Amino acid sequence: MSKRNNDSDSTEVALFVTCLVDLFRPTVGFAALKLLEDAGCSVHVPVEQTCCGQPAWNAGDRKDTREIAEQVIKIFEEFEYIVAPSGSCAGMLKVHYPELFHNIPEWRERAENFASKVHELTSFLTDVLGVKKVDAKLNSKVAYHDSCAGLRELNISRQPRELLESVEGITQQELNDSETCCGFGGMFAVKYSDISNSIVSEKAENIKNAEPDLLLAGDLGCLMNMAGKLKRQGSKIEVRHVAEVLAGMCDGKPIAGE
Amino acid sequence: MKISSPEFKNNACNALDDNQLQGALRHVRKNFVKKRADARRDLPEFDALRDSARAIKDHTLAHLDLYLEHYEKKVIESGGKVHWATNAAEARGIIMDICRKSNARTVTKGKSMITEEISLNEFLEANEIQPVETDLGEYIIQLRGENPSHIIAPAVHLNMDQIRDEFRKAHTHLPAERSMDEPETLLREARQILRDKFLSADVGITGANFLVAETGSSLIVTNEGNGDLTQIIPRIHVVVASIEKIVPTLEDMAQITRVLARSATGQETTVYSTLSTGPKRKTDEDGPEEYHVVLLDNGRSSMLGTEFSEMLRCIRCGACMNHCPVYQAIGGHAYGWVYPGPMGSVLTPTLIGIDKAGHLPNASTFCGRCEAVCPMHIPLPKMMRFWREREFEQHLSAPSHRRNLTLWAWFAKHPSLYRFVTSIGMRILAIWGGSAKRINWLPMAGGWTKFRVLPAPEGPTFIRQYQRAKRNAR
Repeated sequence: MSKRNNDSDSTEVALFVTCLVDLFRPTVGFAALKLLEDAGCSVHVPVEQTCCGQPAWNAGDRKDTREIAEQVIKIFEEFEYIVAPSGSCAGMLKVHYPELFHNIPEWRERAENFASKVHELTSFLTDVLGVKKVDAKLNSKVAYHDSCAGLRELNISRQPRELLESVEGITQQELNDSETCCGFGGMFAVKYSDISNSIVSEKAENIKNAEPDLLLAGDLGCLMNMAGKLKRQGSKIEVRHVAEVLAGMCDGKPIAGE
Repeated sequence: MKISSPEFKNNACNALDDNQLQGALRHVRKNFVKKRADARRDLPEFDALRDSARAIKDHTLAHLDLYLEHYEKKVIESGGKVHWATNAAEARGIIMDICRKSNARTVTKGKSMITEEISLNEFLEANEIQPVETDLGEYIIQLRGENPSHIIAPAVHLNMDQIRDEFRKAHTHLPAERSMDEPETLLREARQILRDKFLSADVGITGANFLVAETGSSLIVTNEGNGDLTQIIPRIHVVVASIEKIVPTLEDMAQITRVLARSATGQETTVYSTLSTGPKRKTDEDGPEEYHVVLLDNGRSSMLGTEFSEMLRCIRCGACMNHCPVYQAIGGHAYGWVYPGPMGSVLTPTLIGIDKAGHLPNASTFCGRCEAVCPMHIPLPKMMRFWREREFEQHLSAPSHRRNLTLWAWFAKHPSLYRFVTSIGMRILAIWGGSAKRINWLPMAGGWTKFRVLPAPEGPTFIRQYQRAKRNAR
């Protein structure tokens, strides 16, 4: 049974904040809240949520992943929609959970039902809610980086750009090789740091060549990686999650500072 | 071939420090990727062809025994012979027997990854038979005593200067002061030298891109025509191929070749596509007198029906490595064995063991681009994850990583404690980050902070702030 408000017929959405946003960049969570509420949703934030389990999944630890996934499904399955400000975490919930439970009959259907309600934030706004325009203003030249999981698991590339186009004062600049990975890859960035560094250095060159004021993406992991590299190099390019711009919440400091 | 996959990390660091190699890899990043994208754009039915190619291979693999038997029957009917080899040693033994019976001294070779897999050249040399690689790239790396760094462009790690130096060193019978400025000059020189080798070889060994059950034919695709000369001129032609190269019909073969060249080099088709069926017939003017096929299993049949069976669809186009950010950064040699890039990261653990090849499926960002460009839709990241699972189950991953993971997972499963611990942790990090909002160095996170700053948390966690706001609103 879906959880619905008694006093209205607004769309009921549960926000899957993602662990990185929860811990490092709460502004993105509040931006997501605002965008969803502006679009007429009634947003719930289950406070028992922790992480989607992707670190365990990618480390080959199926048992822990399954236990974490069961917990996530139990917390969120009652809602009509589950929305995450991350292509990577939404991909985990939507694509990988059904895979994780495909041979466990008592969970398979539950996982598939849950997965069918999961959406990444920008694609939920455009493709499900039909949002064409956001109420935000920013005089800035921005470049949007396509995060891999969002791009290839969930086909997200048009949606954030469309929404950005509606921000007053914004110009968009495409990056060269915008579909190439930034080199983050979760634990990869730490376990194979030299290779990761080479990949993110290449990415930083492409970003600097495009000369944006602001670099955006839909995934905090990639953003922390690219911001971390740009700031180490002394670049003045600021880095934010796309939701911050769409929600007009760019007052605080950018990721890794100015 | 010496296995250096366990030293992957070291290999990778050396590759990253090698300026010449980094220059050569730029070619992969720019040209291969662009050419494939252009080829795909120019063929509207490309994606439909991919689906069809996958279906053909899936069907074939589901009836592999049937098609292999039919293939053998057809080879015999055309006057050839099929030798079944369970492993590399058996395959080498069979090839050696064929060479011995004909008192072979020199063997010309078409480009073949499968002969790399069975370390054929080293073996022939040890038995006083001289193998001569006739693909230009293979010829160059043979002179240098190297292995291929890419499955379709074996010398992609080299630049013109290195090739010129190698030729000057090797071709001492030519005038030392000759001009070698143009690629064409180098090509002409190699061609001249190889021409004599083609004519004097006793045995010609090629791989096969496809084996056709319908006719008992093998197909090789090349851009230099060297394969034709390798298989037509010597008295004996030996085809070495692994069992999954089989397709049912010529029509199936033709369909898959349409995605093969486009995915590999962006060509509509390779310059040469050469079928060979049995030895020379009475009415033929040329061709080999003997035609042998060495069919190698080497662990492939044991992949059938497992989570790795889809890997057997691979047609060795190289698109996965061309598009892989890790391959693009470090090149092929760092992977430490025959097959580099994503396809190698799945296949190599099967062939040399996950204990030795453990780094390979781990050294991936899971960006998924390999799967996206694979003409056969092979879910490479998924299979790399399967290897990580095997590794985890067998306790082969580093104990420190396991401990950290288990600890983190325990907290993730206990929300209140997770909330408590992360709140304290983030508060400390936020203070550490100061007003600059960044952390330049952090103990236990050296892999991160060596190369990047760590963005500091903004302050209290989202959930804490959200709970507070809710309370205040009441």
